[in-house]
Amino acid sequence: MDMNQYLSMFIDESNDHLQSLNEKMLELEASPEDISIVQVIFRSAHTLKGMAATMGFEDLAALTHQMENVLDLVRNDKLKMQNFIFDTLFKSLDALEAMVQDITQGGEGKADVSTIVASLQAIVRGETPGAAAETPSGSAPNAEAQPSGPAISKEQVQLDEFQHSILEQSLAAGHRVLFIEVSIREDCQLKAARAYMVFDLLERSGEVVKSYPTVQEIEQEKFDRSFSLYFITEKNPDELRTMILNLSEIEDAKLVSIDSDTLAQLGEAIKAQEEAGAVEAPAAVAEAVPAEPAAAEEKAVQGDKQPAATKKVVAAPSRTIRVDIERLDVLMNLFSELLIDRVRLEQLATEIKSQELTESVEHMGRVSSDLQNIVMKLRMVAIDTVFNRFPRMVRDLAKSLGKKLDLVITGAETELDRTVIDEIGDPLVHLLRNSVDHGIESIAERVAAGKPETGTVNLRAFHSGNHVFIEIQDDGKGIDRSKVLASAIKKGVVTEDESRSMTDEQVYQLLFAPGFSTAEKISDISGRGVGLDVVKSKIASLGGHVAVTSTLGEGTLFSVQLPLTLSIISAMMIRLGSEKYAIPLSSIVETGIIRKNQVRNVHGSKLIPYRDAHIPLMSLSRFFDAPDFNEDDEDETEIVVIRKGDRMAALAIDSFIGQNEIVIKNLGKYLPQVQGISGATILGDGQVALILDPNALIK
Amino acid sequence: MAEQIKVIVFALGNEEYGIDVDKVRTIERMMPITRVPKTFSFIKGVINLRGVVIPVIDLRGRFNLVETEYTDQTRIIIVAVGDMEVGFIVDAANDVVDLDRDNIDSPPEVVGGVKAKYLDGVAKVGEDRLLIMLNLAEVLNRGEVAHLEQLED
Repeated sequence: MDMNQYLSMFIDESNDHLQSLNEKMLELEASPEDISIVQVIFRSAHTLKGMAATMGFEDLAALTHQMENVLDLVRNDKLKMQNFIFDTLFKSLDALEAMVQDITQGGEGKADVSTIVASLQAIVRGETPGAAAETPSGSAPNAEAQPSGPAISKEQVQLDEFQHSILEQSLAAGHRVLFIEVSIREDCQLKAARAYMVFDLLERSGEVVKSYPTVQEIEQEKFDRSFSLYFITEKNPDELRTMILNLSEIEDAKLVSIDSDTLAQLGEAIKAQEEAGAVEAPAAVAEAVPAEPAAAEEKAVQGDKQPAATKKVVAAPSRTIRVDIERLDVLMNLFSELLIDRVRLEQLATEIKSQELTESVEHMGRVSSDLQNIVMKLRMVAIDTVFNRFPRMVRDLAKSLGKKLDLVITGAETELDRTVIDEIGDPLVHLLRNSVDHGIESIAERVAAGKPETGTVNLRAFHSGNHVFIEIQDDGKGIDRSKVLASAIKKGVVTEDESRSMTDEQVYQLLFAPGFSTAEKISDISGRGVGLDVVKSKIASLGGHVAVTSTLGEGTLFSVQLPLTLSIISAMMIRLGSEKYAIPLSSIVETGIIRKNQVRNVHGSKLIPYRDAHIPLMSLSRFFDAPDFNEDDEDETEIVVIRKGDRMAALAIDSFIGQNEIVIKNLGKYLPQVQGISGATILGDGQVALILDPNALIK
Repeated sequence: MAEQIKVIVFALGNEEYGIDVDKVRTIERMMPITRVPKTFSFIKGVINLRGVVIPVIDLRGRFNLVETEYTDQTRIIIVAVGDMEVGFIVDAANDVVDLDRDNIDSPPEVVGGVKAKYLDGVAKVGEDRLLIMLNLAEVLNRGEVAHLEQLED
């Protein structure tokens, strides 16, 4: 719908108007004699009515119209503001607000406003609240009850004056005017097509003047099971009925002849409506009259639609917009700048020690973390965009390998940063291929092992803390530890001595070693020894890691852990003499202080006691050739214990600065990959600090 | 009529060099540079240029000239070649001249200690001014940088 682009504008403006209406009404209540306030209210209501009508929200327009009528009398001194009028107007405002709220949530802004409309009308008529308030619903149907003729009262088709006069003329010319109601069988698949056949049939023998629902709606199948129409013809009603019933899947057709008397009554109905002041409102009221099952059904359908619309977010296409991804990147960059300024302000605030400054900086900090959340969310994409190509791939793969297997995908709605989504596809393809090729056995093997012929590969994605996990689990043969070790020893990846003390997890990690392959038979799909090591480095470059667990004969689970986002991280800022570095908090185990005499030299490398073990102590100053710091000059050295997988190391540093949210920037395209550095960030003082890559520091 | 180009003129030692103005983003005064360890000595580090981290190289070092102390005149010329942005530390930058492409001659083997392959040519400005036009693509050639890396290792 073309109106969509205006919808958000409409919602904003409506809310503004409603807000000002509420305020002004309160003002007016305080000084009921002030006509100038009424003027303002009237203008607001008028604008609101205009907008609502333009946007096609008829109930909204109808209600504001009635409010306007009341206000018009007040501003022209024909009506004095009284308490009950205020109450009614406030009630109207509440109803309007509810409708706008509904529209905001993707609804159609429909509401049963008949009661309020009736009270407003009563006020206009000068009735006292007693009469109007007590029979609010009574007065509404009244408008419609009188003109309803005996036969036609059933229908809900509203004729306008023009159509009315056509019928009149047709009757005068001696044609028959029929009111036809056709219902289609419940199990009919193509209601619109059947309805079309009815129309086609009728149009061959006469003219359809008006139908309910409209022809367009019927074509779009926007009707329940029945539709009704006014029809001018020269044929016999019974003959027509048989013709209609001869069409397949038509359940029933009711034909009522209309003579000039009933038509005249209908005409009165039209006039009565116009006299009532609003065309729309009574129309809505009339529809609400449960005079006939069909009508009641119709209403029920409408009633059904409303909650459905609110429940389903899908029904609110206007609430989402497509944004160029570049703009999001720009937004992200701008936000990063803001974050840098925030850090700078925080720094200034601590230096200046002004209470007010500190407070406002703190507030800004809170706002900016909210903003950060939202900006991050904007960049999130459901992993389905990656997963959706897998079922087909796995199917083809299984076919070519002569295996049977099911791919079960769960958590496809899990969201990840777009940058990660863009990169994670290939590694996952590798892992899936690996599972299908090496994990799942051939049909014969499976049968022999007493497993079902069809293997299962589970592909799961889920959030956990600040990470997203993607798991690929097969119920295949599992990883044979001894085979892996034998192969690794043969290829010189590990020695036999080393292999004895290795844990299962360490053995499985050998699969990711460069140039490693366990497949006895080299296939097209995998098993050339390239792949898994690429997978591992790719995932590592995304700041994640991959773990393997396996039970021989029962299956293997590859678990990929990825950070939620790549662009902003929490980091510990440290000092190395005059230089500052950032260490990602995610890889820090703990911080501490170590005395010189605790450090032991073993085979030229330094070890420190940590918990029940010894871990290597690395000299950052030497690693980075720091110009003005050397921990050897100190008796006590601050250390940061970092972790990579299950290996740990301590980094000797000068001093801690503190924890910060930092924005990751790359070092520029010119610089080659710098060992031990994963990027840079801009500090509060505008200087650049380098971000350590703990993974590169632990060998 | 020959094609006119605008050229940013900067000084390095006793020579004057030129870079096509289209390739120059801004010229900055000296600012704090964050050292990047484990890289070439002529890469002085990275700077924060309005929120963008840009590597800075000392052009003297790049051309194997003697590196000198930075002065008030020292400037960082930010150039953009392709999608690479790099800052050049130069002794001074204080002129823009118009040049006829026709007036650019092919360079001799070595000018002011800089190898010919880094140069686009030599241009005559006025009567007695020689301008050495830099071949930025070659100066920033990362293939060569990688080669240097191997040599240093």
